[in-house]
Amino acid sequence: MKAKLVITPKKAVLDPQGKTVANALEHMGYAGVTGVRVGKYIEIDLAPGTSAADAHNALNEAALRFLSNPVIEDYRLEIVE
Amino acid sequence: MTTHSAMRFAILQFPASNCDQDCVHALRVLGSQAKLVWHKDTSLGDVDAVIVPGGFSYGDALRCGAIARFSPVMQAVSRFADNGGLVLGICNGFQILCEAGLLPGALIRNRDLRFHCEQVFLKTANFETPFTSEIRRDGVPLRIPIAHGEGCYFADAPTLERLQTQRQILWQYCDASGAVTEAANPNGSVLNIAGIANERFNVAGLMPHPDRAVEGILGTEDGRSILNSMILALESRRASAVAVA
Repeated sequence: MKAKLVITPKKAVLDPQGKTVANALEHMGYAGVTGVRVGKYIEIDLAPGTSAADAHNALNEAALRFLSNPVIEDYRLEIVE
Repeated sequence: MTTHSAMRFAILQFPASNCDQDCVHALRVLGSQAKLVWHKDTSLGDVDAVIVPGGFSYGDALRCGAIARFSPVMQAVSRFADNGGLVLGICNGFQILCEAGLLPGALIRNRDLRFHCEQVFLKTANFETPFTSEIRRDGVPLRIPIAHGEGCYFADAPTLERLQTQRQILWQYCDASGAVTEAANPNGSVLNIAGIANERFNVAGLMPHPDRAVEGILGTEDGRSILNSMILALESRRASAVAVA
């Protein structure tokens, strides 16, 4: 069982890394790219038999308090078997 | 009477702090006492002020300052700040105070993705604080070094408005003449913000290093007036406490 957390910079926050990657894609000839946001992916292993609902609640709290910074980042949390 | 004894500063020490000794040295040069407090300590001891120094605490894992803010000593710093104690965060210390919620906003990657290690000019935007009262008021900007890769200050629009109306912006990057311009902004910080204070003006943070600017041999002594402001504020607090007693 795993938790998957995808963290991305908020729309209002400058993302120079994303901009640089977008420019590179354009130079490489990949047409139609209108924007890139570079974020983080965190994979958390969970003990077998953990309640998915409990894990979601606990990690949602951890994501708000610690794993992401709500001032600058959004996140998406998913619990998978 | 104890009013003439030196002020006592606690300098926090995290794994990969690297300006802790610079802070100790700078404060001793200015006649204060400074002691290092380890990140696992749960108490600051008997001190008058706290400095959270620069460095790369916990290797900047996850985000700059994100791990350090949960260390035992930071609980003690929060209590100290809640009680009105003076706390200054420099560079990584500024990042830690923002992560801890003791200061608003956050510090993100420099807009050009480069590490900047250079002298910058700072305009002081509010002289009526314990961190700025001794800074020269003749319009000549401070010259102080920066050394950071993630010093781009960000806060949302309502927070920025509050910072402005409550005069919590203490320092802004400017040019040699004191003009706050886009070209003088080394990292993309909103409103050229280099340092801010909390609403009570007892907690402040800045990316530039006053601790590296107290001796002429290092090229500038302009950091003295920031640290001296704190020392003077502590002295007047102590004098009024003695007067009350």
